Amino acid sequence: MREILIIGAGPAGLAAARAARARGASVTLLDAADDVGGQYWRHLPASLSAGREDLLHHGWATFTALRSDLDDDPGCRIVRGAQVWAIERGETTGRPDAARPDAARPDAGNRDTGRPDAEPAEHDDRGGHVVHALAGPVDGTDRERITLTPDALVLATGAHDRTLPFPGWDLPGVFTPGAAQALAKGERVTVGERVAVAGAGPFLLPVAASLVQTGTTVVGVFEASRARTLAAGWLSRPWRLARAGKKGAELAGYAAGQLRHRIPYRTGTAVIRAHGTDAVTAVTVAKLDRDWRPIPGTERRIPVDAVCAGHGFTPRLELAVAAGCVLTGDSFVAVDDAQRTSEPGVYAAGEITGIGGVELAMAEGSIAGHHAAGGDTGTSPVRAARVARGVHRDIARRIEAAHGIRPGWSSWLDDDTVICRCEEVRHGPLRDTAAATASTSLRSLKLSTRAGLGICQGRMCGRTVDALLRQHAPHAHRNDNATFDHRPLAFPLRLAELADHPKDNDRKESA
Amino acid sequence: MDVIVIGAGIIGAAVARELTRSGIAVTVIERGAAASATSASGEGNVLVSDKEPGPELVLAQYSARLWPQVARELADELGGTIPADGLGGGHRAGSGAAFPSIEFDRKGGLVVATTDAGIEPLRDFAATQVAAGVDARPVTLDEARELEPDLTPSATAAVYYPEDAQVQPVIATEALLASARRSGASVLEGTEVTGGLRGADGRLSGVRTTAGDLHADAVVTAAGPWSAELTARLGAPVPVQPRRGVVLVTSRMRPRIFHKVYDADYVDAVGSGDAALQTSSVIESTAAGTVLIGSSRQRIGFDDRLRVAVLREIAAKAANVFPFLADTPAMRCYGGFRPFVPDHLPLIGADPRLPGLWHATGHEGAGIGLSVATAALLRDLMTGTEPAIDALPFSPARPSLAEHLQEVM
Amino acid sequence: MTVPPFPVPPSQDPIRPDPGTSIRISVDETEYPGRAGQTIAGVMLAAGLLSWRYSSGSGAPRGAFCGIGVCFDCLATVNGQRDVRTCQRRAVDGDVVVTQHDPLPRPPRAPAPESAAESASEPAHRSAPEPPHPSGPDSPLREGGSGA
Ligand SMILES: Cc1cc2nc3c(=O)[nH]c(=O)nc-3n(C[C@H](O)[C@H](O)[C@H](O)COP(=O)(O)OP(=O)(O)OC[C@H]3O[C@@H](n4cnc5c(N)ncnc54)[C@H](O)[C@@H]3O)c2cc1C
Ligand SMILES: Cc1cc2nc3c(=O)[nH]c(=O)nc-3n(C[C@H](O)[C@H](O)[C@H](O)COP(=O)(O)OP(=O)(O)OC[C@H]3O[C@@H](n4cnc5c(N)ncnc54)[C@H](O)[C@@H]3O)c2cc1C
Ligand code: FES
Repeated sequence: MREILIIGAGPAGLAAARAARARGASVTLLDAADDVGGQYWRHLPASLSAGREDLLHHGWATFTALRSDLDDDPGCRIVRGAQVWAIERGETTGRPDAARPDAARPDAGNRDTGRPDAEPAEHDDRGGHVVHALAGPVDGTDRERITLTPDALVLATGAHDRTLPFPGWDLPGVFTPGAAQALAKGERVTVGERVAVAGAGPFLLPVAASLVQTGTTVVGVFEASRARTLAAGWLSRPWRLARAGKKGAELAGYAAGQLRHRIPYRTGTAVIRAHGTDAVTAVTVAKLDRDWRPIPGTERRIPVDAVCAGHGFTPRLELAVAAGCVLTGDSFVAVDDAQRTSEPGVYAAGEITGIGGVELAMAEGSIAGHHAAGGDTGTSPVRAARVARGVHRDIARRIEAAHGIRPGWSSWLDDDTVICRCEEVRHGPLRDTAAATASTSLRSLKLSTRAGLGICQGRMCGRTVDALLRQHAPHAHRNDNATFDHRPLAFPLRLAELADHPKDNDRKESA
Repeated sequence: MDVIVIGAGIIGAAVARELTRSGIAVTVIERGAAASATSASGEGNVLVSDKEPGPELVLAQYSARLWPQVARELADELGGTIPADGLGGGHRAGSGAAFPSIEFDRKGGLVVATTDAGIEPLRDFAATQVAAGVDARPVTLDEARELEPDLTPSATAAVYYPEDAQVQPVIATEALLASARRSGASVLEGTEVTGGLRGADGRLSGVRTTAGDLHADAVVTAAGPWSAELTARLGAPVPVQPRRGVVLVTSRMRPRIFHKVYDADYVDAVGSGDAALQTSSVIESTAAGTVLIGSSRQRIGFDDRLRVAVLREIAAKAANVFPFLADTPAMRCYGGFRPFVPDHLPLIGADPRLPGLWHATGHEGAGIGLSVATAALLRDLMTGTEPAIDALPFSPARPSLAEHLQEVM
Repeated sequence: MTVPPFPVPPSQDPIRPDPGTSIRISVDETEYPGRAGQTIAGVMLAAGLLSWRYSSGSGAPRGAFCGIGVCFDCLATVNGQRDVRTCQRRAVDGDVVVTQHDPLPRPPRAPAPESAAESASEPAHRSAPEPPHPSGPDSPLREGGSGA
């Protein structure tokens, strides 16, 4: 039987597992979290259950049904709390040209042809990847070592918030929207009594809604894009998105909630500074021009005790990069019509291929799982998923057009605004070092500024540093191919867990 | 005189600086970006402790003398400061284009044996080094623990080398290159050398590049592990091969490792030419509070795929020297390819086969440390000055290399 | 008065939470109540702690930021193990949490007297304490100097 390993049990990974099982493959589903669901269906742990948890979620019934189907299915093994920390490429990988002439390329001609209906024999496109995971308490020690060599790999590692820096963003009390939502949905903790929600993107609205459900006063949702940009991107105001199907209806629901709870929604406005010494006590908001440059004279100070700021998402690419997958020009995993990456036997789905919301993630997951399990293009379940994928890719494009980051934001930085939180690299020194070394190499710039070299490994600042260096360096052009997405150790692990001493908790298996 | 230097790693940068400062017009040609290949993929040890008496040690001692002076000159010239906070490269915020510090630090090294069998060889090795003028001080285990309080209780012997130092290799490379630029060198990045140009007399008179032909009186290869490929293009191939090395980086911790600490097998691994995997511990803390744990040696061509088995071995050996490291998280690993030469000595000097061609390459695992002495030596050879040390052992015409050199193509 | 952040009062929570099992953890020797299933950061935030770490460079306070295990701002030492992401680690009754502050080492000693004078004029670092120098003034290792 074909053995499929799916990494990430968010909407994309869960859908992939279901589809691969429907094709009869044997499935292992790994997630670092201690339950499945991903960011969207992040929920209370079993020991903190609640009678009406469904009130916190959209599609809760879909999720619980999917979870219990997979849990009850002997052909599907779910390993919770399993952190994948490395992927090794096998002997057949790493030579995309020789190995896979039809490999996915960012703009590979006709994406619809897919593969011939008669799928080649099982092991034909095995990549020989070796996946290393540790299962047990997060960042623990003596965790169970899991080593897997699947026939096909589906990467569904999702995305995390991207927050643009502003003076004071490193103060306690400033959170990402994802943090506020995770704490609200997973802990029933609210981040503050008076909270400003700021940044860009339609997902600020559900976050504001979650906060309101925890009894918080949301002083405003400050969307950086101006109304005209939003209209041009969405072709309509966001709360009219009902036309775009369920997703639109969901967002419309948030709009109604917003009105009910009287959350002011301000477009063309940003939090450009957080005030406080040991914790945030107020923010300055300002109107922005169309390039997100603050308009002088429009600043307003608002007392708050927490801020949730997020300006979009950063895909979690380290495992895809480790597996050898080619990325697109805008740094997502490049996939073809069957969600195949450039690497033999490796598929990708969900936010790592583009930011488009839960329906897109599930549609892609279904397609990836189906093909990874050896399914062909014509089969009806994938036909439906392909239609859904088309519709929601359109939403993904609208999100980017309406809410995409504009270059003027960097004018709200001070010289001593922290850019890299881990290494406390500040804006002035970052700019000055780039100028002094006149370097055209991201690798060299990282090592000479230390930006992105800390323990988060550039997850928080990587995209920002890259953008700022391009703005400030005398040569925006780069002569090296370094990125911030290359993290050969996907997560830190203790030397004892890494070290080669015999242990009973070694589990080597073929799935 | 016009000189083309091929490669903007630390060797090319140091050579460009020395030549420019002695009045030569230098053009550096780099196919990628400066300070981005091998010189950005290793550690910055500037060591005498790992070298047995012989020409490489002499070169290392020469470098050890030059580094403090070069570090000072670079700081004076580029405005780099000794880091105020160790982060952000030691800037004075808003001060304009101040260069980060190259973090030169003569912190000293401690070589530790952890087996009874390792005691004698370590002591003997140190004695031969002392005879060669190295400051190598056998210390008691109590003294070793005074230097490194967290050292393994199973240490059996230790030797302290106060001359061992480190630099931040990428900043050092950028600084050497910036200094060369200030003295007039030009640097062409994103330009690959694809072949050689010959004069009527058969001399190498320049290079073909992806940006057109360039003429010069002399051409210096400083292409690190790619020197074999490059010199083949120029028609006079030299036997430089890649030797893979991988380093682990821990998360930040309070300072707990104060010197460069090696287990005694390190010296064996360095001196060996074995293709199979070898690991040995070189453990050092950095200005950022992280600990670098090196490293492996493996001849597997230019295969850069992650190999977990290699990491496991490096981790185990490090925890053997500092048991507390077992509980410390590794947050990154990286690696590169040392430019390996079969007789273990760098090539510094004129190619005997092709007039106009000079080499400064093949420094294997010591190119950072040896860079400044290499550049000084080559400068003297190219300008006809008496070098400070004997240059013959490094000559590409040396007998031990003859069997590896083919005729000029 | 509650100091944010705070837990949603279970009696007022529309989702009707089960009471769950009470646990206690200690943070720097102070005991905090929690419920089984909460993360360590969740327990600390619910207790009104907003920060529990100081940054290594400037000594600025840090707590949770991303909440999903990717920013590493929320690190603490848990049961003797450093660098645990408290927003991801489930609290277990009796967990001993010690806040973690890893000051940077002092800048390298200067290569020569001239620059040593220069470095001495740099402003002293606010949070980095003196690193213990293992070889004291009368150590035999000291004479000849280690380059300082
Ligand atoms: C704050 C916030 C609010 C959002 N609100 C909405 C909304 O209202 N509507 C909407 O449609 N979408 C929303 N989204 C987007 C939503 O997250 C995605 O649509 C959806 O969750 C993407 O699914 P996915 O499966 O691609 O990724 P995710 O749901 O992110 O799942 C990825 C999974 O991979 C796991 N993983 C990652 N790396 C590893 C590893 N190395 N080892 C093991 N496991 C790993 C993670 O633990 C995670 O569970 C929101 C996102 C955020 C962050
Ligand atoms: C893991 C590891 C640890 C190490 N640790 C240490 C240490 O602690 N101390 C130490 O002293 N040394 C160490 N080294 C060795 C040291 O890094 C090297 O010896 C040194 O960097 C070599 O420098 P280079 O300038 O010769 O080569 P590189 O830095 O590789 O520079 C060569 C340049 O030439 C360019 N080039 C190649 N071909 C062409 C062409 N055709 N046209 C134009 N340009 C071309 C390349 O792009 C490259 O930039 C280590 C090495 C490794 C891998
Ligand atoms: S808050 Fe970001 S990792 Fe815990």
